[in-house]
Amino acid sequence: MATTVHEPPKIEPRRQGAAGNGGWRNLAPVDGDQRGLQDYSPPPASTGIWVVVYAISMTFAALTSALIVRKGSSLDWQSFTLPAILYLNTALLLASSVTLEIARRRVAAFMGGAASPVAISSESPARWLYITLGLGLLFVTGQYVAWAQLRGEGLYLATNPSSSFFYLFTVAHVLHVLGGLAGLAYVIGRLSKSRLRRSTLDAASRYWHFVDILWVYLLLLLWMKL
Amino acid sequence: MAKFFAVTIIVIAIASAIPILRHTWPAPQDISVHGHLIDEQMSETMAEAGLSFLAAQFILAIFIWKFSNRPKDAKIGKFPGGAKGLVIAAFLLVGTEVLALGIFGTRAWASVYFTPPSADSLPVQVQAGQFAFYFRYPGPDGKFGPLHPAMINESNENFFGLDQTNDQDSKDDIVTAEMAIPVNREIHLLMHAKDVGHSFYVPELRVQQDFVPGLDLSIHFTATKIGRYEIVCTQLCGLGHYNMKAYLSVYSQEDFDSWLKKQAALQ
Amino acid sequence: MHDVSAHAAAHHAPPQGFIRKHVFSLDHKVIGKQYYALALVAVFVGMVLSWIMRLHLGWTNLAIPGLHFLSKTGAPGDIMTPEYYLQLMTMHGTIMVFFVLTTAPFAAFGNFFLPIQVGAEDMPFPRFNMMSFWVTFTAFLVLIASFFVGDGPTLGGWTQYAPLNAVGAVSGPGQGMGVVLWATSIAIFCVGQLLGSLNFITTTLDLRVKGMSLMRLPLTAWAWFITSCMGLTAFAVLMPACILVILDHVAGTSFFVPSNLVINDQLQPHSGGSTLLWQHLFWFFGHPEVYIAIVPGMGIVSHVLITNMRRPLLSHRVLIGCMAAIAILSYMVYGHHMFVSGMNPFSSLAFSFPTLIITIPATIIVLMWIGSLYGSRLRINTASLFALGFISMFVSGGVSGFFLAQPSIDIMLHATYFVVGHFHMVMAVAAIFGIFAGTYFWFPKMTGRMMNETLGKVHFWLSFVGTYCIFMPFHYLGIAANVRRYQAFVDEYLQPLIPVHKFITVAAIATGVAQFIFLYNLIHSRFWGKPAPDNPWEATSLEWSTPTPPPFDNFGGQHPVVYHDPYQYGVQGSTGDYVMQTSPEQVVTEHDEK
Repeated sequence: MATTVHEPPKIEPRRQGAAGNGGWRNLAPVDGDQRGLQDYSPPPASTGIWVVVYAISMTFAALTSALIVRKGSSLDWQSFTLPAILYLNTALLLASSVTLEIARRRVAAFMGGAASPVAISSESPARWLYITLGLGLLFVTGQYVAWAQLRGEGLYLATNPSSSFFYLFTVAHVLHVLGGLAGLAYVIGRLSKSRLRRSTLDAASRYWHFVDILWVYLLLLLWMKL
Repeated sequence: MAKFFAVTIIVIAIASAIPILRHTWPAPQDISVHGHLIDEQMSETMAEAGLSFLAAQFILAIFIWKFSNRPKDAKIGKFPGGAKGLVIAAFLLVGTEVLALGIFGTRAWASVYFTPPSADSLPVQVQAGQFAFYFRYPGPDGKFGPLHPAMINESNENFFGLDQTNDQDSKDDIVTAEMAIPVNREIHLLMHAKDVGHSFYVPELRVQQDFVPGLDLSIHFTATKIGRYEIVCTQLCGLGHYNMKAYLSVYSQEDFDSWLKKQAALQ
Repeated sequence: MHDVSAHAAAHHAPPQGFIRKHVFSLDHKVIGKQYYALALVAVFVGMVLSWIMRLHLGWTNLAIPGLHFLSKTGAPGDIMTPEYYLQLMTMHGTIMVFFVLTTAPFAAFGNFFLPIQVGAEDMPFPRFNMMSFWVTFTAFLVLIASFFVGDGPTLGGWTQYAPLNAVGAVSGPGQGMGVVLWATSIAIFCVGQLLGSLNFITTTLDLRVKGMSLMRLPLTAWAWFITSCMGLTAFAVLMPACILVILDHVAGTSFFVPSNLVINDQLQPHSGGSTLLWQHLFWFFGHPEVYIAIVPGMGIVSHVLITNMRRPLLSHRVLIGCMAAIAILSYMVYGHHMFVSGMNPFSSLAFSFPTLIITIPATIIVLMWIGSLYGSRLRINTASLFALGFISMFVSGGVSGFFLAQPSIDIMLHATYFVVGHFHMVMAVAAIFGIFAGTYFWFPKMTGRMMNETLGKVHFWLSFVGTYCIFMPFHYLGIAANVRRYQAFVDEYLQPLIPVHKFITVAAIATGVAQFIFLYNLIHSRFWGKPAPDNPWEATSLEWSTPTPPPFDNFGGQHPVVYHDPYQYGVQGSTGDYVMQTSPEQVVTEHDEK
């Protein structure tokens, strides 16, 4: 009969009160000694955003494979030139990522305790967020213009598999951009009430950068395949 | 209760094995050249799977019998070998078992799919549509005429959409609703789907292949036994799926020739 | 800084008012019960559909009194039409796979118990959690609506193969509006499950209490976590596939419909689509889906069995590793559904080997259970009977996988009743046994009342024997080349098999009737059962350290601290042969296994 003794964890008083600190970096040592535990749990929003990013990536990966199979399986594929405005939209979206990053640092500094040395100016910390929001809306408008141009050329959803995929990808992406805009609006709302969590801000901005990267990927895909 | 449960498991396990051992509902007889490979693979798998099934159920039953409702102070025993032993045993036994099955099974699969049809095989085209099979023989010229889907018209019996007035190759093509093949001659079956997905299944021939709309596939096989068999559809194709069938007649070469001549006269 | 970055665990206040409390509740426990109720409704609908189908298969053209009430056109004179059989079959499969086997073991029990088992107050995103249920519920309504719209639900089977799913009403009854509703329902369902998976993953990773390391999670929590990872991948692929089907229908695109199709002498307008594309997308979801149905069952069975064996499994880590291995392999094997589909025959071999290899982790899991029974102090109650029944079913259904994993044998067995027997046994009935085990085990915690053990045991015996009587003969039929999805058997070689079908029908109806004992037990015990103590099974995991039923925030504002591995049974504890995870006492084991 063997005897296994688990030493109960030493809980330091200062650690008490912080709830839910068993997060994923908090692996217990094999010997059962709990003293090595870190008192840190990543906020669910920052884990959750990676879960969301993964799921959306899978969806677009599925659509990408659909495009490749569909293009390879038949002879009815007619290529067309992408509307030039897409490149302008891309620039807008890339710029919005930059402005969002500026906004994120300012807001973090405004909330205090951020490592970045950006001086807290008197301007509203939400200003750059509004600029990002504006650029995002411009992007959506730009995509709408691109659809209108294609319709003007007689290219509709069902005209050809290439146009089907163009609308499919761009519409699906715009829907995700709208989700990101809603996230930014939520962040602005929370900030104005001074109830913004740092993890919410980080999650919203990571998501925004993700739809940005996703768009660059989609543009390359459409440019190569359509 | 626990002992009764253990007995029930054993009774069920034995009762499940009896129809298999007695061949109460046997697989249809094999009439093809490659079929014995599949059948051998099947009985080998049956032996291994059956033994695993019986062993697992028996041991489960024995352990339930022995270790249920023991007194509160009964000692918790240690399974000989522990987890490590079981994992190693599983890797060795099941690993070799499935690898062996997989590798030997490749032989049967290869005999169907990795060999090209021989040069003197008889080409036959089969078209599947809701809810009937039609067959086409190339006629004396040995060539199939092209298909014109727009010309398909069931009422004037142009099932394939042939243009027999303009296409030279189509003129002598023979279209039938029943399939006939000569015995001991390889058949090269060209498969074409008219509308949705279907499947060509002749259990006796040990042949099953889906029709893929938009993609014409082919398979080849040789029948070794004269007789009349059923071709059934195994891919859900609509409300008449259950009734989508055709007959396959395996004739001697002479009977086949006279059958084909008769069909040609009917065109 | 710390207060702004404090984690976002749901610190919402207890709700007031009926609607916030019981309908649009944010409480994971209420959402779990809602999922359970949905699955319960769905499983009885699905079961009645299977009765009607079975009656028709045993006695074709039998008038089933009242059938014409279900459908205006499907059953004139109460006799089922061929298309109505296929429509019921499609709905049976869809309802059971999506709304029972996915919702009950994963979404229902997972929602209720995962946060409690990790020691959290709730899921991190309660609003998403609430949406997850209501979105799933909407999906169910949309699917059921197809019974009442146009010419009824789709007849294409739950796999909805292309191009039958995309050419439209011309290909048969229900193939117009019916398919659109089907695809819409499934796409909505996917959204619901993605939201659920998001919550499950973040709960497991971020909301564990102090001392709850990953390896100290109970096996149920691990099973739900692994399942949600699978679901995240699978449902994210099925959703766009369903959208493509809808577009083919309503927008005139041609993703899945190739050129030159002729239906009723009419050349179809579509061009160039790929039918195999649908199969690839569908089975990339479809195969993981069957593990989504069964892995939570494995977790529940382990959990129930360990508690009733009064000892931990031979190895906790090996079981977790095997479940994870199954999850990863599930994405490499999906092509085994397509051996005779016209896919490249070399791919068939490439898919065959991982399929065969998946038997290794599956076998190890079974060996862990059976090996742990050795030398245990097994307690027999309804929950443990169902858990043991699960093992028996899983073995029986699992061995037939040896056959279907081999492409050469699949030539004979593909699309026969052998396949039907295999998947019903290994993922449908086994998962249902897992649900039953979980229900009898957790009912006291969920409702505060015990279920009736006598009725439970009667239910178990009828279900166990009945299930074997139904599904074992399916294998014999398959070996005799009995093709599935036929509404009647007109082929000559199938005539000798019809008595077997009659036997199965009788067994199915008897087993189905036995389920009403369960329903009665469930409802009666809910209101009039014996009040349950906090820890009726002398179990160790965190859900048993809460009051019964758990209060709104699970632990009454306290944060439990975890000191032990989840299954400290067969030890010398102050309260008996077990030490709870929250108990700070030192553990002296009776046995030397870890």
